[in-house]
Amino acid sequence: MTREGLLVRRFVPLLVLCALLVLPLGLEQYKLFVGSLVLVYVIAAIGLNLTLGYAGQISLAHAAFLAFGAYSVAILQPHGIPFELCLLIGAAISFVFGLLIGFPALRVKHHYLAMVTIGFTIIVFLCLRNFPAVTGGSFGIPGIERPDWGVVSFESDRAYYIYTLLWAVPALASAYWIKNSRWGRAFKSIRENEMRAEALGVSLRNYKLMAFAIGAAYAGVAGALFAPLLGYIDPPAFYIERSIQFLLIVVIGGLGRFEGPIIGSIVVVVLPEILRASQGLYLIIFALSIMLMMLFMPKGLIGLWDLFIERFAMPRDASRAHRAAE
Amino acid sequence: MALLEVETLSKHFYEYPALDGLSIEVREGEILGIIGPNGSGKTTLFNCISGTLHPSSGRVRLKGDDITGMSANQVFHRGLARTFQLIQIFPGMTVLENMLMAVQERDGTMLGRLLTREPARVKARAHELLDYLGIDFLHENLASNLSYGQQKLLDFGMALMSKPDVILLDEPLAGVNPTMIQNLVGHIKDLNAKGNTFVVIEHNMEVVMSLCERIIVLSQGQQIAEGMPDEVADNPLVLDAYFGR
Repeated sequence: MTREGLLVRRFVPLLVLCALLVLPLGLEQYKLFVGSLVLVYVIAAIGLNLTLGYAGQISLAHAAFLAFGAYSVAILQPHGIPFELCLLIGAAISFVFGLLIGFPALRVKHHYLAMVTIGFTIIVFLCLRNFPAVTGGSFGIPGIERPDWGVVSFESDRAYYIYTLLWAVPALASAYWIKNSRWGRAFKSIRENEMRAEALGVSLRNYKLMAFAIGAAYAGVAGALFAPLLGYIDPPAFYIERSIQFLLIVVIGGLGRFEGPIIGSIVVVVLPEILRASQGLYLIIFALSIMLMMLFMPKGLIGLWDLFIERFAMPRDASRAHRAAE
Repeated sequence: MALLEVETLSKHFYEYPALDGLSIEVREGEILGIIGPNGSGKTTLFNCISGTLHPSSGRVRLKGDDITGMSANQVFHRGLARTFQLIQIFPGMTVLENMLMAVQERDGTMLGRLLTREPARVKARAHELLDYLGIDFLHENLASNLSYGQQKLLDFGMALMSKPDVILLDEPLAGVNPTMIQNLVGHIKDLNAKGNTFVVIEHNMEVVMSLCERIIVLSQGQQIAEGMPDEVADNPLVLDAYFGR
């Protein structure tokens, strides 16, 4: 690939996505709410993309990690603890539980691991529901306030969008750093060929645990931002469906691709909103379009971009050589 | 002192003894050939040495240190690298990434690998080795796009990347065309002359005879012969093991 081709391939999607992140600021209330939701999902999906997309470890426990963040804020904030501290505590709790759920991943793989992580999500759900003294039980916790720095309040939808953006940017930047670091490469090596990775000195234990823990910590941050966005949380919001939704996001966006979680979140959050115009049919259309996307774009939407680059933007001979080699 | 010592090593799969009290020595700077009919325990021996399998009993020592029962990544850190019978690379990573991956865990701390950039000399060494193997022009390609022979070379190159003390090669020439065989044999001999120690499992007798100074023959998990290539070739026990009585 030529240097120009590489630049186009790498930076055009990034520029487009940056523009998309700033765009909602010009929108109205509800659309801003949807925009903030996209950002929250992006942060959570970054985490799952790390665990599943890079390190290749399936996790359906992501909703539970989201819950740790959300409930940390909902429970601790009324005690006068600043929002940012609650968020960090939530992320830390998610990190620790991510480590713990990483241990089964050292023994089981693929769908067995999926089962283990589903089990974890169910346990967390049941705990949230059955300890009403702390978690509010089935009734959940209402009246979760958005952060307020005294001089600046993030109460309005526009302000809260900016606030989530303030967290999304470092989340994206750190994920980008990890992806390009030697950790990113080690994660990929485990996904690509675990046996060879270990024979080349990769500590499967350390890296798998880290892939789970860091992935979970991103979900913790997202959960902490999720709670005040809705203002109200209850256990069903963190059930298996939510985990599956995150799985959908990273797969649709493009597994193991940096842009994947962003594209996936936009599709999964915004598409149903647009389809709402079709009234009762919208979930069916949504589901169908997901099925079609998976059939024709198994590498996710970012795969479509790759194809476009290969067909049109790259010099003819390079593109032909590339395809011939495949 | 031998560089690598295997002492009365046994490995049982349930009742079946794949390795049965085997003792061998690998001397520094040699190319030791391991041959034997299918199922004689050659690959199991490699797996037990390299930590891919845990032996049932016996000891393995590398540079005098006991490495028995260590995990594969620990054994790698002690200075032993290996290839596998089937090509084992990272298909979804580029050729260069494959090479860099083969050495990044060797030095430094885990945290350092997150926070700091890879030293430039590592990349330089990867290019140098790829160039030596004649596949540097492919370094930006995904490893999965390489031909079989090129992947075999990459696999071999990855084992060399970390400058290990001992390199175990499990059938490095299987399925490789004659030109490429000459190429690989040349590389192994050349690297050996530069001081690298190899243990090679190989079925291609012609190659084994020309490559190795010393050969050990396994049959049913035991050593049945050892010696210079022509000694081994004339040994009646070896002929029995291969062709039956």
